Amino acid sequence: MAAGVATWLPFARAAAVGWLPLAKKTMPKPPVDNSSRSDEILYVNVSGVRFQTWKNTLDRYPDTLLGSSEKEFFYNEDTQEYFFDRDPEMFRHILNFYRTGKLHYPRHECIQAFDEELAFYGIVPEIIGDCCMEEYRDRKKENQERLAEDTEANEATDAPLPPHSTPRERLWRAFENPHTSTMALVFYYVTGFFIAVSVIANVVETVPCQPPKGGVKNLPCGEKYQLAFFCMDTACVLIFTFEYLMRLFAAPSRCKFMRSVMSVIDVVAIMPYYIGLVMPENEDVSGAFVTLRVFRVFRIFKFSRHSQGLRILGYTLKSCASELGFLLFSLTMAIIIFATVMFYAEKGTKGSTFTSIPASFWYTIVTMTTLGYGDMVPNTIAGKIFGSICSLSGVLVIALPVPVIVSNFSRIYHQNQRADKMRAQQKVRLARIRMAKKGTTNAFLQYKEDRDRDSDSTALCVKNRSAFEHQHHHLLHCLEKTTNHEFTDELTYSELCMTESVGFRTSRSTSLSSQQGAQNNSTGCCPRRARRRAAMRLANSTVSVSRGSVQELDTLHVKTTSIPPQTRSSLNAQAEDLKLNCGEQDFTAAIISIPTPPANTPDESLPPSPAPIPGILRNTRATTYTHDTFKISSL
Amino acid sequence: MGAVVGTLTMQTKQRRPSRDKADDDLEMTMVCHRPEGLDQLEAQTNFSKRELQVLYRGFKNECPSGVVNEETFKQIYSQFFPHGDASTYAHYLFNAFDTGHSGSIKFEDFVTALSILLRGTVTEKLQWTFNLYDINRDGYINKEEMTDIVRAIYDMMGKYTYPVLKHDAPKQHVDAFFQKMDKNRDGVVTLDEFILSCQEDENIMRSLQLFENVI
Repeated sequence: MAAGVATWLPFARAAAVGWLPLAKKTMPKPPVDNSSRSDEILYVNVSGVRFQTWKNTLDRYPDTLLGSSEKEFFYNEDTQEYFFDRDPEMFRHILNFYRTGKLHYPRHECIQAFDEELAFYGIVPEIIGDCCMEEYRDRKKENQERLAEDTEANEATDAPLPPHSTPRERLWRAFENPHTSTMALVFYYVTGFFIAVSVIANVVETVPCQPPKGGVKNLPCGEKYQLAFFCMDTACVLIFTFEYLMRLFAAPSRCKFMRSVMSVIDVVAIMPYYIGLVMPENEDVSGAFVTLRVFRVFRIFKFSRHSQGLRILGYTLKSCASELGFLLFSLTMAIIIFATVMFYAEKGTKGSTFTSIPASFWYTIVTMTTLGYGDMVPNTIAGKIFGSICSLSGVLVIALPVPVIVSNFSRIYHQNQRADKMRAQQKVRLARIRMAKKGTTNAFLQYKEDRDRDSDSTALCVKNRSAFEHQHHHLLHCLEKTTNHEFTDELTYSELCMTESVGFRTSRSTSLSSQQGAQNNSTGCCPRRARRRAAMRLANSTVSVSRGSVQELDTLHVKTTSIPPQTRSSLNAQAEDLKLNCGEQDFTAAIISIPTPPANTPDESLPPSPAPIPGILRNTRATTYTHDTFKISSL
Repeated sequence: MGAVVGTLTMQTKQRRPSRDKADDDLEMTMVCHRPEGLDQLEAQTNFSKRELQVLYRGFKNECPSGVVNEETFKQIYSQFFPHGDASTYAHYLFNAFDTGHSGSIKFEDFVTALSILLRGTVTEKLQWTFNLYDINRDGYINKEEMTDIVRAIYDMMGKYTYPVLKHDAPKQHVDAFFQKMDKNRDGVVTLDEFILSCQEDENIMRSLQLFENVI
């Protein structure tokens, strides 16, 4: 349980006096508390450093080493103190946890040492306070990753293939991790080589070569050795096409693959060639065709499959898109402002190059980025003044957002990491807290089971429970007696619902109306299960009587095996009552269709719903028949 | 250029108001309350000095500021009843403890109530319980108040109970209660009726002695 609950238990028990006039049954006897009432100071010696604390302080957390009877194993009779052969520095933090209820993680300590101490003293790391939790998690993650990297490096060569994988899966795996097999590695290097060849060919194509015999001017090599280049281009495109088709075949999700960036790049890289094949040798079209050849340069992006760095850069730009957009926007504003000013300043001069505002854009950009080509120069004094202001502000405008982008990128990147981490941790944390909560409720139910099973050998049970647990269970027992209802767990509850509906079925399983009536009743307490069972039942209702008797046997079988031990006798008695009494019942409203589940189906997790009773109300107002049956079961 | 700087500063200005509110809340919780002297409390309550010391140490550890507000009270009480929802009953309990209606329970209120519940006479205990049930403090318990209390108690049981909780279980419980307590059948229970009826019931009398040695 959470912080300091043990201190408030006496108050909660005292408040139980408020239930007494309402109690339907007599209250159980309180547990006998033999332990000394007076608070005493305990001495704890941790490797020579003596700590002193009240006994009550340590009793606050009865499920840890120091709070339970486990510490008696470390009691030293000669020196009348508890001796632990552990790190006294760490123990200081542990003891502070008992005192304040918050566990802090000391930043200078090794994370593994801290974890080991926590494990020894029986403290779950989830209790670490929010102030130190992030640091703890980061360090732990870092540590785990480092260890994982080491082990991964050790066994990088022998990553086992999953058994029974189809050739298609193996092919996809070979494409994704080229290091898995030698074939894949060979293919990887071959494609890399051809990408390089293709890019170099594109570049060299345009270099001027010696003109052929009899020619005057220099020709680009592409035209001189047209056939050679064409063959090289064809070979590269064939390889790329083959690779793309293989990937498409092996991809587990073809649509997703076709939408991915890499496949788009692949397509764009090979399309110009095919379009060029298809298009006729026309003068008008060849201009557009030349433009298409530009897209061949996209082949260089295919290298990003081969280079991790390129991928990271791409991701960086994508994640910084808004910052880059903002930079662009502010630059655009500045350009427009200065271009306008320069245009109007230089408007008067004769032969000015500032012919229009869009023409001045070029001057502004060149000046702001401190390039200064000198093709456009202001002549008027006003123009020169504004020109100098433009170049000075250009330095600022360009220099300012760059650190902002860098820091934004760093912040965004770490934020995303942290958000994902926290989301994952939150789920785990909540799950663990829910489990711990379940633990306490299960402890009480277990205690009831034990008590019912062997009421004379209570001595055995007593030893395993602390005084705190005794008193807490007594408190819950008093509540049960006040309301005349018992605590059960979810499983038992749903079984109860099923067996209640089963009781009706065994009596009149042949007629259609009984099944519908039973189905109405079962929706009373378990709407979700009732949906499935109702569907089953309606399907079976058209079957003949003989089938119905088989169903009876089935349900009887279900009834006898699924009842939990503590309620066996009482539940059997109930079922018989039901059998006796519902023979004479007149089934009133017969609802033909399957009842739709109510709006608020109670969820299965243990955190309580705020209003359980209205939920049940909505389900049971169906027919008077159900009302009567509940009366029978109330005893 | 200036627009760039302007937009950057505007963003930071928007973020400030929320932080101010958090600072204000922090200041309010720094208010501390110290209880009266140990001797005085010993005289007023039925606890010994040692018991008061133990109680105060626990109290101070949980609430360093010296007072418990309703939210904390509900949280603490809910921890004992993980099955169901104890917040409604905790609300009524809080009002019963907070005799001064100040919205927070000080250590003196806490200890006074505990003294009555654990060490008080039968009449005192019954009086305290009557006070708990009488939500509007008008001296009478009517059916609506009792239904609220009983429903709050049933809420603490949660959903998974045996036998299955019916909708009218609280109502039946209240009817049974009034059957027993309301002597003159006028629809309300007064303090005298309550004490008289409880004294007639042996079970109640016996169970009132149960929690004597809790501390």
